[in-house]
Amino acid sequence: MALLQIAEPGQAAAPHQHKLAAGIDLGTTNSLVATVRSAQAETLPDEQGRHLLPSVVHYFADGVDVGYTAREQATRDPLNTIASAKRLIGRAVSDIKSLGKGLPYEFVKTDSRVPRIHTMAGDVSPIEVSAEILKVLARRAEDTLGGELSGVVITVPAYFDDAQRQATKDAARLAGLHVFRLLNEPTAAAVAYGLDRGADGIHAIFDLGGGTFDISILRLNKGVFEVLSTGGDSALGGDDFDQVVAEWIMEQAGIADDADHKVLRQLMLDARKAKEALSDAKSVDLDIAVPGSGRWQGQLNREIFNTLVDPLIRNTISACRRALRDAGVDVEEVQDVVMVGGSTRMPRLREKVGEFFRQPPLVDIDPDRVVALGAAIQADVLAGNKPDNEILLLDVTPLSLGLETMGGLVEKVIPRNTTIPVARAQEFTTFKDGQTAMVVHVVQGEREMAEHCRSLARFELRGIPPMVAGAARIRVTFAVDADGLLDVEAEELSQGVKASVTVKPSYGLSDEEITNMLRASFEHAEEDLEERRLAEARVEGMRVVEALQAALASDGEKLLNPQERRQIETALQELTEAIATSDVDAIDAQAKHVEQVCEFYVERRMNSGIQQAMAGHNINEFE
Amino acid sequence: MFDLSKNHFELFGLPVSFIVDGAALGERYRDLQRLVHPDRHASGTEQEQRLSLQQTTRINEAYETLKNPVTRAQYLLSLHGIDMQAEKETTRDIAFLTEQLQLREELEQARHADDAETVLDDLMSRISTMIKKLVAQMAMQFEDPTPTNLAAAREAVRKMQFLNKLLSEAESLEAELEDMH
Repeated sequence: MALLQIAEPGQAAAPHQHKLAAGIDLGTTNSLVATVRSAQAETLPDEQGRHLLPSVVHYFADGVDVGYTAREQATRDPLNTIASAKRLIGRAVSDIKSLGKGLPYEFVKTDSRVPRIHTMAGDVSPIEVSAEILKVLARRAEDTLGGELSGVVITVPAYFDDAQRQATKDAARLAGLHVFRLLNEPTAAAVAYGLDRGADGIHAIFDLGGGTFDISILRLNKGVFEVLSTGGDSALGGDDFDQVVAEWIMEQAGIADDADHKVLRQLMLDARKAKEALSDAKSVDLDIAVPGSGRWQGQLNREIFNTLVDPLIRNTISACRRALRDAGVDVEEVQDVVMVGGSTRMPRLREKVGEFFRQPPLVDIDPDRVVALGAAIQADVLAGNKPDNEILLLDVTPLSLGLETMGGLVEKVIPRNTTIPVARAQEFTTFKDGQTAMVVHVVQGEREMAEHCRSLARFELRGIPPMVAGAARIRVTFAVDADGLLDVEAEELSQGVKASVTVKPSYGLSDEEITNMLRASFEHAEEDLEERRLAEARVEGMRVVEALQAALASDGEKLLNPQERRQIETALQELTEAIATSDVDAIDAQAKHVEQVCEFYVERRMNSGIQQAMAGHNINEFE
Repeated sequence: MFDLSKNHFELFGLPVSFIVDGAALGERYRDLQRLVHPDRHASGTEQEQRLSLQQTTRINEAYETLKNPVTRAQYLLSLHGIDMQAEKETTRDIAFLTEQLQLREELEQARHADDAETVLDDLMSRISTMIKKLVAQMAMQFEDPTPTNLAAAREAVRKMQFLNKLLSEAESLEAELEDMH
């Protein structure tokens, strides 16, 4: 369609260059990488033909192991083997205590708010653990595709809060990856299911992974996926099902809950095996090692299993009900229910979900792979490989964002399920005469008291001119970008005093920490870092050149007069020459120059597109 | 030009009116999103991405405002030069307030009633009817925006806020009851 050609810079008139891109499903239990080749999305296997990569990292004195080999170490060397890092990422030390005694790691007491785990290879944060997994997957993709990735799409649970998203992005940065977009897992699954192929209407995506649960209700309309609502629990997953089974075994076999790490690990593995076996079998025989007294033998059948897991399933169904209500949709309107995540293999779960939605859920794509496949399709689109693609994803904020006000109450600024990107401003005032500073405490969650919500950031606006209480006008603006990341700014309106934060430090890493880690991760720090900078500057510079050339070819004639065009072409020429040198600063400077010169052109292009889109309609149409 | 000073209706090429063709609004919203959304500009220059983010944010805001009758009415009032103090304003209509108190009591009682669901259903449908009536009134008031009519519309917005809040509390209770089964 003609409209898109105008606003879509990916329309290369220059020889079309396919950019390498990948989608990564960074899971609690397993991770996957997928890519689009010959118009087909596929997950990529390792050398042994295995597609899944267990999300387990084993640290030893002089290195790390990721995946299957690491998982084998889990029982032998539990303290140095980190599994389920996704449950910890973006969380504070205090959260982790409440998350479970089930975690067999040695947490280090630290000043930083990011929890660190003591291992033989030093103290590591969940962000670094995740970065190790990402590196292995990215390398797999680059080896398979034979080139460097221009960017990746990483999926996160829709219910991830700001801190968890930010931490995931930090992990990607540590792994040296360019993130096109953080994509919500259920939305990715919807794309993979090919709901774009003609199935306009309302769809529910039920996603129960190893450690997280999401339900999303979305409406598809001519290629546009509009997420209507999302809900779930970022701390409920297959692991919890294992846990209840493990607890049952402990009770039956008389194992105390303070048994040592190895025993508990083994028990969790046995519990998982039993759970998985019960997906096919009616009952399963157990043979469990009991510390001190040898072994315990017993049987777990489906009836007992069902009573154990029903309370957990009920929680997921309650979330479905809430999501439907938030979406303003009746259960009869839901056309289909897509099941995602390995945990949806449980027959009891399928039965209960089917009962609630009054139809059998769809299970035809491998629930382990569907998210990675969707992410790959979206990565391909975002890399600009599919300029005429009609798919567009409009996602929402999963949790309300607000500020703490007097008395510890929360004033919501952006309610949950608001379409992103979004910006909202709210005015506040002082409560004391002569007050010159104000603390802005940013929280996320649905509860009324700030202490029950997640604290995202706290900053201070100083220099408010002294006035009587209630006279100052302070405007606080919240802006959430397309990745779901928040930015907050506070301004005193009479004098224009400003303060702002990109919400991140609470549970994420500071920029400085990241730089330090990056530096440490390069063995030959200086040289490699320089080389990397040069490579990045070149890639970025080429991106600008290609985007502009394509733009000029498509509408330069129409939107620019000859003088303007000459000016842009000269700047472009200078940038191309700079890229040929090895001077990083020169490349950066020229790229910046090009952007400045083109500012009006970029704006003109976007406006021209919009004008055309609305040209067919005018007010008269209605009269 | 994509003009940030355009009003929300003009942005979607719709007439400035309380009565909005929901289907047309949705369709144009999606048309605009297809052009400006950040995903469409992910491989563009930084400036292009910034511009796309700004415009998408603006379009989302306009769409949210026009979709919902209460925010739409408030927005229309502001176009007529009446800036409501949103939730800080409250109605002084004694009869209405008394009725609200009664409805709230009914909601509280519904929780403990034997046939809680039926009681709640009945209550919710009554609230919905009241909301629909107010929306219909506002449509007429905005058709003929005399100062009297605008003042009446403003009063209707204040009442709508009460009713919407009550309705959402009733919905929460409904969900709570369903969860218990």
